[in-house]
Amino acid sequence: MSDFALAIETQQLTKHFGDFVAVNNIDFAIPKGEIFGLLGPNGAGKTTTIRMLCGIMKPSSGTATVLGHDINRDPEAIKKQIGYMSQRFSLYNDLTAFENLQFYAAVYSVPRGERAKNIVELIEISGLADHRNELTRNLSGAWRQRLALACAVVHKPPMLFLDEATAGVDPVSRREFWDLIYEMAGQGVSVLATTHYMDEAEYCNTIGMMYRGELIAIAEPDVLRASLPGILVQIECDPIDRAQAILDAMPETLEASVHGALLHITLADARFLKKVIRNLARNQIQVSQIEEVQPSLEDVFIALVSEYRLKAEQDSDVNG
Amino acid sequence: MDYAIEARDISKYYGKRRPRLALDRISLSVGEGQLFGLIGPDGAGKTTMLRILSTVMELSSGQTRIAGFDTQKNAEQARSLIGYMPQAFSLYPDLSVIENLNFFADINGVPHGRREARIAQLLDFARLDRFQHRRSALLSGGMRKKLALACALVHDPKVLLLDEPTTGVDPLSRRELWGILAQVVLQGVTVLISTPYMDEAERCHQIAMLHQGEILSQGNPADLASDLPFDVIEVKARPRKAMRAIVDQADGVSDWRPVGDRLRLSVQNRNGNGNAKRILKNLQSQFKRQKMEVHILRPSKISMEDVFVYLVGQQRGKR
Repeated sequence: MSDFALAIETQQLTKHFGDFVAVNNIDFAIPKGEIFGLLGPNGAGKTTTIRMLCGIMKPSSGTATVLGHDINRDPEAIKKQIGYMSQRFSLYNDLTAFENLQFYAAVYSVPRGERAKNIVELIEISGLADHRNELTRNLSGAWRQRLALACAVVHKPPMLFLDEATAGVDPVSRREFWDLIYEMAGQGVSVLATTHYMDEAEYCNTIGMMYRGELIAIAEPDVLRASLPGILVQIECDPIDRAQAILDAMPETLEASVHGALLHITLADARFLKKVIRNLARNQIQVSQIEEVQPSLEDVFIALVSEYRLKAEQDSDVNG
Repeated sequence: MDYAIEARDISKYYGKRRPRLALDRISLSVGEGQLFGLIGPDGAGKTTMLRILSTVMELSSGQTRIAGFDTQKNAEQARSLIGYMPQAFSLYPDLSVIENLNFFADINGVPHGRREARIAQLLDFARLDRFQHRRSALLSGGMRKKLALACALVHDPKVLLLDEPTTGVDPLSRRELWGILAQVVLQGVTVLISTPYMDEAERCHQIAMLHQGEILSQGNPADLASDLPFDVIEVKARPRKAMRAIVDQADGVSDWRPVGDRLRLSVQNRNGNGNAKRILKNLQSQFKRQKMEVHILRPSKISMEDVFVYLVGQQRGKR
């Protein structure tokens, strides 16, 4: 019996393509009304996961429920209750914005009595009123994106899948797009979004990080950040190239990289900072500013992947 | 100061009958040995600007110089000093890594005596030595970008122009590319890079934010951030509803928006950071009074996205 407070629950969800394991034994649960982000590079298994959850691809083993429906036993029930939007919006360029909405309302069999009301409402909240009679091909990228979102939810699905939905859009439009998503989530819609774009993941309430088919972490963004061992410090110093070489040679620094005029250093422990500063001073490096910075989700992802690779190497040493 | 790259009042129109303005009087200058970022979303005009600077496209009006050479009057001299990496995959897929490097050395007239050492150095630098005999069609996306970068560097250019080298690249390769670029810059090459990713601005010495063919602002990233008339506070407290209610009523908060698991609040900073401090204290005591769980309550760094969004708003207001 599945828990109906959950939008999605997976159990050892796995997909093979021949010898290739695209999705390996992943387990996660998302409460209703959450915005869950699946983050990882291309080829990590995100799209395969979405396809299985949408009921359009059968898993090799394991299962999942979406809104209480089992993806193996009841994929048709799932298809009716979800909206799906991908980077390649499937809009008809030779129809107007309004006609596209009408078309999708018909495809999703929205009852005639509700169609007009739903469309008017969506045109309102997505701000498309001034563009409703424009041909879709004449709309800018950002407006097409909003229209694609409106089309994906014209049947008022309680669950929305976004597959790389905001790639290439300018930051202003992207924020407005996410404002719409938050509004829907506020009304109880559950959202699963995939992205390989790390700062996009910031918009999600909870994040699952995928790498080579595996779910290597799942938590709220701030918990993920806090899970990074050590501290990240930004220092302004001169000459920066010599400083980097000195820091690289110290066992206390995990990484030292140049960011414009600044050096970012990762220390295994905050207590090492004093030693680092002393060492720079001894080598006649002028340090003008030191500041601790918050690690980005990309920092977290890279640390987790390095750990994963190290472990994979050790495992193969033991077994081979 | 000597400028390696200078552009003065560059405009570019596309189309004859109904010309469309792609670049509107763009001026920028990049000092020798600097890493300059041209930041902007798709369609802002980044590729057009790079094509003009690399002498492969004519401009409609204005003037550009590379290491002092006018790119129109002295195109040949300018071109010999430029390494250009276009956005599209520009390598020969059926040639191996080393064959591609040799090919680019040939067309750029790198003499045979110097070539071997230079290619060996670049292979090492881009960590491609193990793959030198692999056909480039069989390289991963990240390795292709590194090879394209190595090819653009094979003739020891003074100026490197890179058109969105990190677009679509996975996070690990992206970080590696930026590491390589930082080393290129430390070796004295001047680099101009375009990117749609706002977070990459912080890797540059100077940036220009480009939007719809216009420069919104330029300078070093830290100055652009501190020029904003507001500070940002981050809040994560539970229950969520109570957090929203308190933030919504809080005095002095001009705007707030949800971002993932937290709220980002904009507070005016006309009189230094006193306002932010007062609001932090005020929120802290309200959360405490309601016995809420507080996970985050701190001043946040202004992101380049914050800067971009603000500047676009200002520009819209002007019109």
